[in-house]
Amino acid sequence: MRNGIDRRTFLKQTGLLTAAAALPMGLVEIAWGKGPGEKFTFAYISDAHLTHIKGTEFVQNFDKGLRKAVFEVNFMDPKPDFVVFGGDLAQLGKKEEIDHGLEIMKDLTLPVKWVIGEHDYYLDLGKYWQEKVSPLTYSFDHKGVHFVVLNSILTDDSWTNTRWPTPEERMRQMARLDNPNGSPFMVKDEQIAWLKGDLAKLKKDTPLVVLSHSPLYKIFKPWNFWTDDAERVQAVLKPFKNVTVFHGHVHQVLYNQIGTISFNAFMSTAWPWPYPVSYSQIPNKVPDITVFMNRADPFKERDGTGWGHIDEAGGKGFAYHVALWENSSRTVAKDTGMGKPADTRYQAPQDRIPPQTHY
Amino acid sequence: MRRSREWFVVAAILALCLTLPARADEFTKDDLKKWSDAYMSAVKEGEKWFHSGEIGGNTVSCDMCHPHASNTHPETYPKFQKQIGKVVGLRDMINWCIQNPQQGKPLAADDPKMYALEAYITWERRGVKLEPGKH
Repeated sequence: MRNGIDRRTFLKQTGLLTAAAALPMGLVEIAWGKGPGEKFTFAYISDAHLTHIKGTEFVQNFDKGLRKAVFEVNFMDPKPDFVVFGGDLAQLGKKEEIDHGLEIMKDLTLPVKWVIGEHDYYLDLGKYWQEKVSPLTYSFDHKGVHFVVLNSILTDDSWTNTRWPTPEERMRQMARLDNPNGSPFMVKDEQIAWLKGDLAKLKKDTPLVVLSHSPLYKIFKPWNFWTDDAERVQAVLKPFKNVTVFHGHVHQVLYNQIGTISFNAFMSTAWPWPYPVSYSQIPNKVPDITVFMNRADPFKERDGTGWGHIDEAGGKGFAYHVALWENSSRTVAKDTGMGKPADTRYQAPQDRIPPQTHY
Repeated sequence: MRRSREWFVVAAILALCLTLPARADEFTKDDLKKWSDAYMSAVKEGEKWFHSGEIGGNTVSCDMCHPHASNTHPETYPKFQKQIGKVVGLRDMINWCIQNPQQGKPLAADDPKMYALEAYITWERRGVKLEPGKH
């Protein structure tokens, strides 16, 4: 799937200077076009995977990632309006891990909107998360944009309730990404019905942002980079002219456009996942338009990890800034002149660099 | 007398031949299956260790960064590993991971676990052409 425009045209259309693309994140100005909605910024932190070892000992590597993101968000100037946490605060859903995460996140000076991930959910089916962190499914409005938060990591009832002998075993099974005994993520009937009801009164030109943990489209089922009933969710969103889905789970730069819906993946603060193109035995549906992030150097603990922020301009578009701690930052933007999101620096094939080749 | 000794020698050689194992080029389909099964049980053992939180010292398992052993690139080893500064083999990177992100003790080169891990990692990369030295 070709992007359709070259970099020069894109830069002209968005008014973005070549030099600006190399500036520190946050100073890149996007020239917004015409459309409803006021521009604002929100930050995101996702996929912390805090891992309890024993007693008060946690895996330091993952603690460091989350602490660094919190520290840096607090230094943003101007401050974003709020922070989204994209799911997988814990690794095995333990109270110790969720509490440890809340302790680190409480240093944020901004309100947090929480999305649950499967690593938070499958030990007790979201009970502790709902007590201490957040509801699982909710919506809110902000400066003309309607935000919807979905619990997109459900799965079928028998796998959830009767397949495994203990909650710990169920959690361990769901925690394994390449699990032959895994079960695909789903939004399911009840939430889809809730979504229809939630959106029913909105005008079709209301900009929508959907926050979920799993991608609301199908990329690679063996790693649950997948939502089984994605098409049904997309059908509910389809009548709206301006929809953006932000999701976690994949721990990599990944973006796509399906009809009127743009999809963007949050980075993980903990570790990068490979792209599915790197597993040679099973075909994948990694979107063609994604310009891959650089291959991670395992000797650099924070390589392939990061956080970011979104300049959201409602009907006018968005700019999704990815702060990568060991790489140059990336910006994926979409304005009203473009049919799909594009990287502001590397989208054209002649602008790619060798570290973006994954095999 | 001489004739009977000849016959004795012939009979002795014949008897010896019948009791010797099959010659080296005469392995059977059953042999092939037996040896393949032995390899696959090493693959299975390797898969177990690859997905085990006990391979290192901090519960982090290999599959957490390498689902289906992806991004291990066994087909490129030996190679100049820029971070180590010399040409190394796959098992050197396995041990680097065990010692560093997994905070554990390195495996001896001839540890059965090491062979099992290598068997699993290469099995998941079967069919991919060899490109030794590739970064």
